[in-house]
Amino acid sequence: MKYLKFLLLGTVFGFILIKAEVVSWFRIQEMFRFQSFHMYGVICSAIAVGMLSVFLIKKFKVKSFSGEEIKIEDKKFNKGNVIGGLIFGLGWAMTGACPGPLYALIGSGLPIVIVILLSAVLGTYCYGCLREKLPH
Amino acid sequence: MNILTQPWPWYIAGPLIGLMVPFLLLMDNKTFGISSSLRHFCAMCIPTKAKFFQYDWKAESWNLIFALGIVIGGLIAGYFFANPNPVALSESAIESMNKLGIKDYSGLIPSEIFNFSSLLTLKGFLLIVVGGFFVGFGTRYAGGCTSGHAIMGMSNLQWPSLVATCCFFAGGLLMTWVILPLLMNL
Repeated sequence: MKYLKFLLLGTVFGFILIKAEVVSWFRIQEMFRFQSFHMYGVICSAIAVGMLSVFLIKKFKVKSFSGEEIKIEDKKFNKGNVIGGLIFGLGWAMTGACPGPLYALIGSGLPIVIVILLSAVLGTYCYGCLREKLPH
Repeated sequence: MNILTQPWPWYIAGPLIGLMVPFLLLMDNKTFGISSSLRHFCAMCIPTKAKFFQYDWKAESWNLIFALGIVIGGLIAGYFFANPNPVALSESAIESMNKLGIKDYSGLIPSEIFNFSSLLTLKGFLLIVVGGFFVGFGTRYAGGCTSGHAIMGMSNLQWPSLVATCCFFAGGLLMTWVILPLLMNL
């Protein structure tokens, strides 16, 4: 039952993703064409709230509900951030979805998105197999 | 009920998405990120010798459960609280997408491209299958997606996440402005 809280939080997140319309291929096109503020507003306000939360958690050394010290690992830079980032960007504009929205769209009743998700799994699998040969 | 069926403005939806960051940290010291679930899924389901998938995925299974939750949330929003109206896009966006040959704006995604029979066309195959492949390959190579880098990483002031997010956008701009118009004509 320790997983129930993650299931519930995920459910809330999926609901928000649909209501925010950030799962919409049309919205993503609109964003990349700079034709609406909507997506920028969503992403920037999400970052602002996240940033403030992390700042407060660190400043007041807030502990997790189970009393643990909260630790966030640093992201180390590697060339993958650039090359992989560009590849993901291409896919984001093609499918109109990043991983979170893929799950939400499948739930919302679009079985074709299962094909996109399976391709994404295959992509991750191929990355894992080729990893040692790729520049990092 | 109205507020549950109507789409939410950015200043409601964005901050709520941002709250996922402290909720996961406070709940169990978890960092927000979705694309890792694809890796865990591989580690769980695909027998392989690749070192990248030799780890204790069960220790990360919360991420898969979270992803399952997103499906359920999408289901609730899509079946019980669906917005009866099309996405309220800007006129200029509709004009641009008309030029790409899109006619049906009724759903969340263009049903004329994203359907099973279009998988057999070159355009459909590229956008659905190759596009999906890029999402999975690119996010893992980049070490995160919009949630892990753009939201979690930037919230924690990680400069590699800023670089990655800029590259997500650069790739998206290249596709939208240069490649997609060509693909849509296939």
